[in-house]
Amino acid sequence: MKTNDVMLQTVTKVVTFIILMFAVHIFFAGHYTPGGGFVGGLLTASAIVLLMLAFGIRTVKKIIPVNYVVMTSVGLLVAIGTAAASILFDVPFFTHAYDYFELPLFGETSLHSALLFDVGVYLVVVGVTMTIIQTIGEDE
Amino acid sequence: MSLVLLIFLPIIAALFIPLLFKKVGQIHTGWFVLLVPAALFIYYSTLLPSIAEGGNRVSELQWIPSLDIAFIAYIDGLSLLFSLLITGIGALVVLYSIFYLDKYREQLHNFYVYLLMFMTAMLGVVQSDHLISLYLFWELTSISSFLLIGYWYTRDRSRFGALKSMIITVFGGLMMLGGFVLLGIMGNTYSIRELISQAPELVGHDFFVWALVLILLGAFTKSAQFPFYIWLPDAMEAPTPVSAYLHSATMVKAGLYLVARFTPIFAASGTWVWLVTGIGLFTMLWGSFFALKQKDLKGILAFSTVSQLGLIMSLLGVSAAGFHVENATEIALNYAGFAAIFHLINHAVFKGSLFMIAGIVDHETGTRDIRKLGGLMSLMPISFTVAMIGAFSMAGLPPFGGFLSKEMFLTGMVALTEFDLFSMDVWGILFPVIAWIGSVFTFIYSFYFVFHTFAGKHKPEELPKPAHEAPKGMLISPVFLAILAVVIFFIPNIVGEWLVKPAVAAIQPFMYDSPSDVHVHVAAWHGYITPELWMTIGIFAVGGLMFWTLRKWQHQYERFPNTLNSLYDKGMFLSDTGANRFSRLYMTGFIRSYLVYMFSFLIIIVLGTFVLNDAFAIDMNNLAPVGLYEIVIMLALLGSTVTILFSKSRLTAIIALGAVGYSVALFFVIFRAPDLALTQLVIETISVALFLLAFYHLPQISRKEERMRFRFGNAVIAVGVGVTMTLVALAAHSGKALPSISEFYKETVYTEAGGGNIVNVILVDYRGFDTLFEIGVLGIAGIGIITLIKLRLTKKEGQHENK
Repeated sequence: MKTNDVMLQTVTKVVTFIILMFAVHIFFAGHYTPGGGFVGGLLTASAIVLLMLAFGIRTVKKIIPVNYVVMTSVGLLVAIGTAAASILFDVPFFTHAYDYFELPLFGETSLHSALLFDVGVYLVVVGVTMTIIQTIGEDE
Repeated sequence: MSLVLLIFLPIIAALFIPLLFKKVGQIHTGWFVLLVPAALFIYYSTLLPSIAEGGNRVSELQWIPSLDIAFIAYIDGLSLLFSLLITGIGALVVLYSIFYLDKYREQLHNFYVYLLMFMTAMLGVVQSDHLISLYLFWELTSISSFLLIGYWYTRDRSRFGALKSMIITVFGGLMMLGGFVLLGIMGNTYSIRELISQAPELVGHDFFVWALVLILLGAFTKSAQFPFYIWLPDAMEAPTPVSAYLHSATMVKAGLYLVARFTPIFAASGTWVWLVTGIGLFTMLWGSFFALKQKDLKGILAFSTVSQLGLIMSLLGVSAAGFHVENATEIALNYAGFAAIFHLINHAVFKGSLFMIAGIVDHETGTRDIRKLGGLMSLMPISFTVAMIGAFSMAGLPPFGGFLSKEMFLTGMVALTEFDLFSMDVWGILFPVIAWIGSVFTFIYSFYFVFHTFAGKHKPEELPKPAHEAPKGMLISPVFLAILAVVIFFIPNIVGEWLVKPAVAAIQPFMYDSPSDVHVHVAAWHGYITPELWMTIGIFAVGGLMFWTLRKWQHQYERFPNTLNSLYDKGMFLSDTGANRFSRLYMTGFIRSYLVYMFSFLIIIVLGTFVLNDAFAIDMNNLAPVGLYEIVIMLALLGSTVTILFSKSRLTAIIALGAVGYSVALFFVIFRAPDLALTQLVIETISVALFLLAFYHLPQISRKEERMRFRFGNAVIAVGVGVTMTLVALAAHSGKALPSISEFYKETVYTEAGGGNIVNVILVDYRGFDTLFEIGVLGIAGIGIITLIKLRLTKKEGQHENK
């Protein structure tokens, strides 16, 4: 099934980065405006899926040599670790902490431990989505 | 030192075993393990003086305070005796196993982890004062026994034996849990001590007999009483150190412990006395009778253990009868409780040594088949001596410990004939008769075990390995136990003072206030005229005669069918095939059938709840106006849904399905839910891509026009689901039982959670637990898909493990 997909490939090269940037934005903006780890993860996954559709699974696997199963487990560990870390401070499981910091370049920034938890969610979503798609896609 | 934590010491030590096995491979892992029971044994020994005076120790560790469940270690005479047995025999068995299990070929890390796990479980059983934690430890003993029997898991027989023991003992454990719960309801407490103190009030309760029977089921399955004993012979597939430890000295005695522990509560009931004494005595006869049928050395010992457990069980039953007699402390009945505990100690000593000898014979000759063995006496003189001492003690010959307790057993049984409650005056005479016959067979199989292995003609050509004496290290433990069997004969009253009497006082608090009240003096010689002396002489005479002629009549055993075992096998087979057939009845393999089940249940459950709670509420007020956008999107939604159903190609169906998802996303946009809309859009995109990927692998839809038949049932379900969901939506809108929670979120999202986007803050903070579990489920789904696609278990069909 060899078809001419020059157009798809050319567009993908640009669009993928736009989607990825958007994913990062959505992920960080999530706490105050629409977005969050879940959507961010899905968007990232969709960018990778787009690459796969345009260039084929094997090529993408060479470009992004990530083991998605490991990624999922790391995500789960980060999420559980964030939730459990509160025990060390003698507050109930899953208590979040946040404060405002003066950072260079960003100015006054709110940093929230929920973001760490969201990183876990993000990793799990990307990991599982890509695991599923890769496994089914590769199956002969 | 906290006694509760000591219970957990072995299982904590177990955590380091795999590490030690991997890193310090040149030293046998057993040496490290040995430290644990040895240290515990020494510590428990230091408690002896205060406990022997009638004291006790309590220590508590909260487990689930909200449910009032705690680990309470309560040590009195009975608990301490068992703890010493567990750690003492445990240390000897570990020492023995160091020479029995090869450090290079065996998976020692598994073995010792299970063994230490068992040690914790068993200590927990005998020390727990709280019924629920007692149950927890009880099941843990079943599990570790399962793991140890199945230690050589590549053998069919091991797995079979492990499963059999697990099924039977866990069945009993569950019954026992039921009994515990009933006791808890009756006494409004789960503490055994408090239950004992309310014993007189409990007797009249409706649940009393139920609790009694259920708890006895637990005890009888664990202690291999008739008809549940069938798991014990199959458990002999375990490595011999395990058989010596779990299946003769400790775990199977957990049932005896349970009966002893609950005697103060249940003794008032005639049912208890009859059941415990009767089943125990019958088991004793049954086990000793069938021990002679066995050809496997360990098989003989297994049946002998069944029989001996029955003997102790019956003595415990008789000791409960002491509750019903005014002057129980003065008549012969008072021997029963003492004899039970005394024989329990003796049995642990001689049976432990006999099992170790069976293991040595197996290890050094390569077989346990008694038909191939014989004449090992000159080749293995030390083993022979130990086996002889153990067997003679078991047969009740002087000068070994078993003689004394066997005498007292007969005394107790004879005393029952003078007992005139519960129609014992009619049937009482049966007890000494059965006890006597059982003892005769015990005598014969003890001799059978020793002399058919060590005497007779040596048959080197039948043995897989040339026989020779075991290494010294392997002999230490059995020799030590054999010496103990002799020593006990000469100092029975010292043993009685320190170990037996404190335990007896715990079993029969209705007779004795403190251990010093137990006026039992053990003597080897009671005088000429006692009936038990003549019974003993009779046993020796008849037993000796029958052993002499054993070869003439032993083949008659082949006439007895193996009813109980074939019953178990049939039951297992039927439940296996029956469950399989039942599952195949509704598991059609078609998703459409499963959808029918799911949707039907959805309708039944939701509509059922509606009807039960009278929740039908239709309130059309406060509805938002339906605008042009909504109508257009609705039409698109309906149009694309219908397209899926009628499309001829898969590609069309997939694209139409995507259109459904996008229309829903547009609804979210209109209803000002940007988060949902965004997520929905991305999900739709990815799932369409996924469909396209999977699409590649699917077969072509056949070109042949095939008209779908109209199915009335499906139509009803389809309409039903639609109606149900509409009703749910309307009812949710109309009848608001509680004020909406969104106001709370609006107020607190910035002040409490430090965020602005409520949806996301709910996900990561307010309901973070949900998200945590959801991503857990996602991970599981990923693993599931990998297993489905990558592993392809279907290719290996026909490799069912039981075939």
